[in-house]
Amino acid sequence: MNFSWMAWTLPTALFFITIALLLVGMGIWEYVSPGGNPRIGILRFETTRGDRLFVSLLGSAFIHLAWLGFGGGQHLWWALALSVVYAVGVFRYV
Amino acid sequence: MTATTQPLSQRLSWLIPTVYILFLLLPIYWLVNMSFKETSEILSTFSLWPQNPTLRNYTVIFTDPSWYKGYINSIIYVVMNTVISVGAALPAAYAFSRYRFLGDKHLFFWLLTNRMAPPAVFALPFFQLYSAFGLIDTHIAVALAHCLFNVPLAVWILEGFMSGVPKEIDETAYIDGYSFPRFFLKIFTPLIASGIGVAAFFCFMFSWVELLLARTLTTTDAKPIAAIMTRTVSASGLDWGVLAAAGVLTIIPGALVIYFVRNYIAKGFALGRV
Amino acid sequence: MEKTWNNKAWFMVLPVLVLVAFSAVIPLMTVVNYSVQDTFGNNEFFWAGTDWYVEVLTSDRFWDALTRNLIFSAIILAIEIPLGIIIALNMPKKGLGVPVCLVLMALPLLIPWNVVGTIWQVFGRVDIGLLGHTLEALGINYNYVQNPIDAWVTLIVMDVWHWTSLVVLLCYAGLVSIPDAYYQAAKIDGASRWSVFRYIQLPKMKRVLLIAFLLRFMDSFMIYTEPFVVTGGGPGNSTTFLSIDLVKMAIGQFDLGPAAALSIIYFLIVLLLSWIFYTVMTTSDAQS
Repeated sequence: MNFSWMAWTLPTALFFITIALLLVGMGIWEYVSPGGNPRIGILRFETTRGDRLFVSLLGSAFIHLAWLGFGGGQHLWWALALSVVYAVGVFRYV
Repeated sequence: MTATTQPLSQRLSWLIPTVYILFLLLPIYWLVNMSFKETSEILSTFSLWPQNPTLRNYTVIFTDPSWYKGYINSIIYVVMNTVISVGAALPAAYAFSRYRFLGDKHLFFWLLTNRMAPPAVFALPFFQLYSAFGLIDTHIAVALAHCLFNVPLAVWILEGFMSGVPKEIDETAYIDGYSFPRFFLKIFTPLIASGIGVAAFFCFMFSWVELLLARTLTTTDAKPIAAIMTRTVSASGLDWGVLAAAGVLTIIPGALVIYFVRNYIAKGFALGRV
Repeated sequence: MEKTWNNKAWFMVLPVLVLVAFSAVIPLMTVVNYSVQDTFGNNEFFWAGTDWYVEVLTSDRFWDALTRNLIFSAIILAIEIPLGIIIALNMPKKGLGVPVCLVLMALPLLIPWNVVGTIWQVFGRVDIGLLGHTLEALGINYNYVQNPIDAWVTLIVMDVWHWTSLVVLLCYAGLVSIPDAYYQAAKIDGASRWSVFRYIQLPKMKRVLLIAFLLRFMDSFMIYTEPFVVTGGGPGNSTTFLSIDLVKMAIGQFDLGPAAALSIIYFLIVLLLSWIFYTVMTTSDAQS
């Protein structure tokens, strides 16, 4: 079977491997300590750590898009750094 | 309550649904009206009912392969999709309604995102994917593509119905020595029969009304009626009468079952959440 | 219902996972791959980095389509939700009127979307349509093919025609669950029509209204078929919503890179909306 139409590149492959590893990691974490540590944070509804990961990733995606749209696409590492700060914030307070 | 004690506003309340229903029926009436006219009559005279009623438009559709094949193609992939979607969704919905397992809520959410995803996003990669598998212009390609939104839909609807069945029924059956497959077929399926019907109906309908993916993935052999109708629209010198007749015919499957599903329509559209 | 913890349930979910992975995950990965590359056909790709994203996000074309889409969603919600509530409140509660109303109101919901487009296309035409003809006879200049405002009005009326019934049916489902005793108590207290609505009916409809609002918003956000049939995105670009624009780019011009970048942005917005939908639903379920 020919997969060339999928047009894989190293960066996108690394991106999806990272996501996959994150999911596996969360799965193992959940298996070791089930329940997902539910709590009610600043958004005033219950979240588990899976929800917090999702909010972090989705938020990071929008941070990157905003950086690309308003910053012209230079110095994307700053967007990544901002995303990490945001993710830490989400895991700490949401 | 007697009519005399009711204020005027309540006695006239039937007016609102009536006016609304008239508003709904007027455009449909116009389509039906047109479907019984010759195209020359449609273009030349303006009348509220056909002056020379004719079945010619319907005859054209039932005798011209380029028209009736569209219906056959649509029905083939819609039925395939309904069977696949409901078949796969049944065990999954049971799992979601009865058990907690690793990542269950996230899976359930992920399914929802596929129901909500715009088909336009998937049109291009689907075309590439099915080209790679040599499935372009086959019925199964469209049937599988429509699984994108119909499988999640079926899972959500069925889960809604299954959650309404008390869990004690499962437990009693297991104590009585039923194996899981026998329990599922003999006891559980009859209990959620209306749920299966509603899920199948909605899968059928959403596959039946979808145009973008069906049009992108087919060229001639599996071209659905919806694509044939839009192609006719863009062609010059189109035959309005035949187009109207084709439209009337596509409404019929929905109109036939509407009476039986009337109490479940809200539930089905709301993904079983009402 | 208390659910038992059982990881073997994964095997029951497996068929669904395989199907949806095939029809959703692989295509989405492909779209991500395309969005960072340029191609001249023949499956030859060149690294383009985030250029396409910058191009899409800084183009007027994207923002215009997004704005049009949001305005459209806002208008149809502002019409359909109140109209749906009013009609549901005045629906008959028993007798023969109930099935008659339900069946007739559900009819537009079950019509294939492209036929909805066709119906309004012919209905609004000045030469052969009842609406267009009547408006012309009344001396109103109406032509949805040439006038952007007429095109918008046609699409909005069409959407109201197509989907208000869904709001009605959802609200009605919420209303019939109110016991008669509530109304009798309100009558004894001499409650006004407004306070019956405000304190008895509206709280019961809160949940279904939420569902109606979110469903209508999401579906109008990805509207494609009906405007495609009626206006084809025109006149000019005046009714080119996000989906129509995306299909023009992807299938019409075969601009893989920009179309893929736009797809990802579009999908992320939908993902955010779906998450809000899911969170709101589960939170309201937990409260009730």
